Amino acid sequence: MSLFLAKRFATFIATLLGASVLTFLALEILPGDPALVILGIDAPESAIAVLRLELGLDRPALARYLGWVSNLMTGTSANSYTYKVPVAELIRERLEITLPLAVLAMALSILFALPLGIYAAQSHDKSGDVVIMSASQIGISVPNFWMAILLIMFFAVNLHWFAAGGFPGWSSGVGPALKALLLPAIALATVQGAILARFIRSAILDTMREDYVRTARAKGLTRRATMWRHVLRNAAIPVVTIVGLQFANLLAGTIVIENVFALPGIGRLLLQSITNRDLVVVRDLVVMIAAMVVTINFIVDLLYAAIDPRLKPHDV
Amino acid sequence: MALLEVDNLSVTLATARGPARAVRGVSFALERGETLGIVGESGCGKSLTALALMGLLPENARATGRVVLDGIDLAGLNEDALCRIRGNRVGMIFQEPMTSLNPLHPVGRQIGEALATHRGLGGAALRAETLELLGKVGIPEPERRIRSYPHELSGGQRQRVMIAMALSCRPEILIADEPTTALDVTVQKQILDLIRDLVRELGMALILISHDLGVIAENVGRIAVMYGGTIVEAAPTAALFADLAHPYAQGLFAAVPRVGWRRDSNARLATIPGVVPDLPDLPNGCTFAERCTLANDACRAAAPMPIEVGPNHSASCIRTDAARLSRKSA
Repeated sequence: MSLFLAKRFATFIATLLGASVLTFLALEILPGDPALVILGIDAPESAIAVLRLELGLDRPALARYLGWVSNLMTGTSANSYTYKVPVAELIRERLEITLPLAVLAMALSILFALPLGIYAAQSHDKSGDVVIMSASQIGISVPNFWMAILLIMFFAVNLHWFAAGGFPGWSSGVGPALKALLLPAIALATVQGAILARFIRSAILDTMREDYVRTARAKGLTRRATMWRHVLRNAAIPVVTIVGLQFANLLAGTIVIENVFALPGIGRLLLQSITNRDLVVVRDLVVMIAAMVVTINFIVDLLYAAIDPRLKPHDV
Repeated sequence: MALLEVDNLSVTLATARGPARAVRGVSFALERGETLGIVGESGCGKSLTALALMGLLPENARATGRVVLDGIDLAGLNEDALCRIRGNRVGMIFQEPMTSLNPLHPVGRQIGEALATHRGLGGAALRAETLELLGKVGIPEPERRIRSYPHELSGGQRQRVMIAMALSCRPEILIADEPTTALDVTVQKQILDLIRDLVRELGMALILISHDLGVIAENVGRIAVMYGGTIVEAAPTAALFADLAHPYAQGLFAAVPRVGWRRDSNARLATIPGVVPDLPDLPNGCTFAERCTLANDACRAAAPMPIEVGPNHSASCIRTDAARLSRKSA
């Protein structure tokens, strides 16, 4: 097991290094002077010179790269140009919203998709299946920003149950904070859950055609016992893959929903940093998102091994 | 009364090209302790017949006819009652031991599942019984193997596990559907011997299904030859080999290579011309007529009924006289 973990950790580091090099190079080969890019072409020569010094642009690229990476590893980071605070602090603040939002959306998505997918598979081609599959087709087709607007109109504007947007901060208590994240989480979970339900259904249907399911029935197990003991765990393998991908997507790709609900999350930070040409923030964000995706993939791999004895690392 | 009576069993599959009558009017009886072999080419309906007996047909299949087990008509039973029979009074072994075992559960747990379901065993009693079964089917080191996963066992060992599973509740009937087809030749004989010995020891009735005449002939007392979804000839094993009456059965037996045949002689290995007809397009008359050298208009007009051609020996052919004559002269 330790060798397995060591290998995975090496992959983790290599991926992050690759991501950091690519990000650095991409920003490096942007035409023109980064200080000029950040300040715009109308900026006075003196301001540009100051920023160049601040960004360390007088030093060679390799030295700047190594400096950046060693800063990443020690956790110290440069100041954001626009926000005038260390980037690490900025990201941590935003993660406090994006991470719980992603977890909440994923949890809601699984909570709905799992029973619906199982039920649809059990009533394959019967009315229950058709209703659930049609509903999920609609769920997939609805753009999530439109879903978000509908939710705001109904629950915030008409019923006044929720605020239409914004985030009170965790300091105001877990209840109000979660309440502020609930509508955006539902908007995100609608699409993800609809996709997941279809996926769970087809994974179960595929598994139900396996020979060992017939063997279980030939032993005298009821349909229900066969489903719980033999089908679900086997069907979990492809489902875990999709949940991992969806979660990674939620962490990095909630830009639109964060904007609709005026939530200061990672997605909004990324968008604003790009618009403000705050390249210091952009490169740290990209590496952090890459790190999260690699971590999720690692957890997915561990889950595979927990589900399927054939995938257990050999050097246990 | 026979232990198992199958009367006019038919299975219709819903296919993209319309309904296909994959099994048509199969009837046979099985006494306690009797061994029956069902032989035929792939697609002749032998596996579907077995699944119909278990009530485990695929979703797109519908069965008609009667299957009576020990006086109980299985068609009249609900799903729960069928579950109490499956694995308990009727055990089944499948063709592919790799895919027929759940890859995620240790084999001991899979063997014990039927005992837990039907006998209510648990804990130490279940473990002891499972260990005994593993020993009975010849798995070395049962104490260790009880925790093994299917992928850690060889093909032969996996099939032994399948056998232990099917026999765990001492069923009255064991159905073995191509139990050795996926195995190495050297392992095949071991598995067949094991099945035969256990069937004798436990006094079970056996339905052995195979496309391989050799497998069937050595292990059963009675043989039914299937073609196009129906039994075309049935007889005690010795009588069948002595006096083949149906042209298809004759062709099937002639197509078995024998040791000692000289390759350079004119005696080429016999084949049956043509191919098995597509199920949705099965003709009205005898399903074998298209491939039969003896077929005439009467054969193509109506499906032949089984006729007695000897004691306990029936064939569904109206030209058995000509067929037997041509065989004798050959």
